[in-house]
Amino acid sequence: MPETATVEKIAVKININVNGKLYARQVEPRMLLVEFLREACDLTGTHVGCDTTYCGACTVLMNGLAVKSCTMFAVQADGSEITTVEGLEKDGKLHPIQKAFGDSYGLQCGYCTPGLMLSTHQLLSGNPEPSEKEIRKAIAGNTCRCTGYMNIFKAIELAGRNMKGA
Amino acid sequence: MYPRSFHYHRAGSLEEAVSMLGQLGEGAKFLAGGQSLIPLLKLRFANPEHLVDLNFIPGTSFIKEDSGALHFGAMTRHAEIEHSALARKIPVLHDCAAGIADVQVRNRGTIGGSLAEADPSGDWTNALITLDTIVHCLGPSGARTIQLRDFIKDAYTTALAHDELVTEVEVKIPPQGSGGAYLAFKRSAPVYPSASAAVQLTLAGDVCQDAAIALGCVGLTAIRATEAETALRGNSLSDKTIATAAEAARAAADPQTDMRGSAEYKRQLVVALVKRAIQIAVRRARGEQVEGAHLYA
Repeated sequence: MPETATVEKIAVKININVNGKLYARQVEPRMLLVEFLREACDLTGTHVGCDTTYCGACTVLMNGLAVKSCTMFAVQADGSEITTVEGLEKDGKLHPIQKAFGDSYGLQCGYCTPGLMLSTHQLLSGNPEPSEKEIRKAIAGNTCRCTGYMNIFKAIELAGRNMKGA
Repeated sequence: MYPRSFHYHRAGSLEEAVSMLGQLGEGAKFLAGGQSLIPLLKLRFANPEHLVDLNFIPGTSFIKEDSGALHFGAMTRHAEIEHSALARKIPVLHDCAAGIADVQVRNRGTIGGSLAEADPSGDWTNALITLDTIVHCLGPSGARTIQLRDFIKDAYTTALAHDELVTEVEVKIPPQGSGGAYLAFKRSAPVYPSASAAVQLTLAGDVCQDAAIALGCVGLTAIRATEAETALRGNSLSDKTIATAAEAARAAADPQTDMRGSAEYKRQLVVALVKRAIQIAVRRARGEQVEGAHLYA
């Protein structure tokens, strides 16, 4: 780590809207978005998995699009709107995607689930009735080592139906 | 994982980005989509003192048609090309954009960044080298254009000067009767392909008038399989001709044994990919709509 004086010299002031709340912070440019969410905002629902742009556990939405938050600097999200898993629930009620993952047993250990639900969110926002091929393509950047994916596909189909009906 | 500390600079225009890099000197680098650069920084393979972020420059992400060519702003994301109806005018471009890594990476990664990085396993160079592609660049002494084949010099090495950047990628729309395909074989979505093949054919009736075949991930840069092209040119495309071309492509490949497979395995992949890409290209040249999809292990 560099000395404090150096850190202050290179620190950048950023404003990021996370789940509807504005976070104004002074950050080192090298701070990754996932660390910003977990350390500076105390939102630990976004997980660090591989930390190498592979597994998708750190997936969040930036202005509605899924991104891997381990492969962006927090300074690059300045002025943007981020949605994390904590932002899915509204007024104490689970989001249809969260509910469907539970109802369909679409998770086991749960480590990959926040990222999978946000990739699902991007998919279903544009296409509430995806084919199995479209689902596979949409979550190809999210690795799950427990479920074998079949119940995840079911959860995504169910979530789409419920969101369309809602 | 944290990269080494760096100073962060946000350019407001392409001209400002160029002048910033010139002033900051050799220790500075441009940051485009970051999907290759940020992993390299985290592994500390690259340790720049300064990063000049191009992501906040307005007007650098666009897809338009002009004078028989498609023009892509350098910061156009792979996902924007994947979903563009205009980009489908050249099917190879859609094949390539839709198969790069995964949704998340395609939402961030850019066509200009991919070319400027010149990763030997990158998809764009291999897909675009079969087409008439011109790279528009901007440096301290102004703008210039470079043919893609002259732009790529070696692995991770381009014709760009240190303080020069890509502003636009121009791809000429192939003539009527021309069809192309880009196929990559991948172990899983987020990883680089084990091998890839790009094909662009122009037919007159059943006879192949012109052919361009390029191989990716099996050399230090994309390789033009010129003998495979010769095997097709002037001939009707029977299964035998296609098989001869695919065998010639095997000889042109120069793969390394690595975690993605042995050199021999990759040569075999090249044969299969070239064969399939030719078959799709022929059908497209005849006006058929064919979905090209990457192949996963």
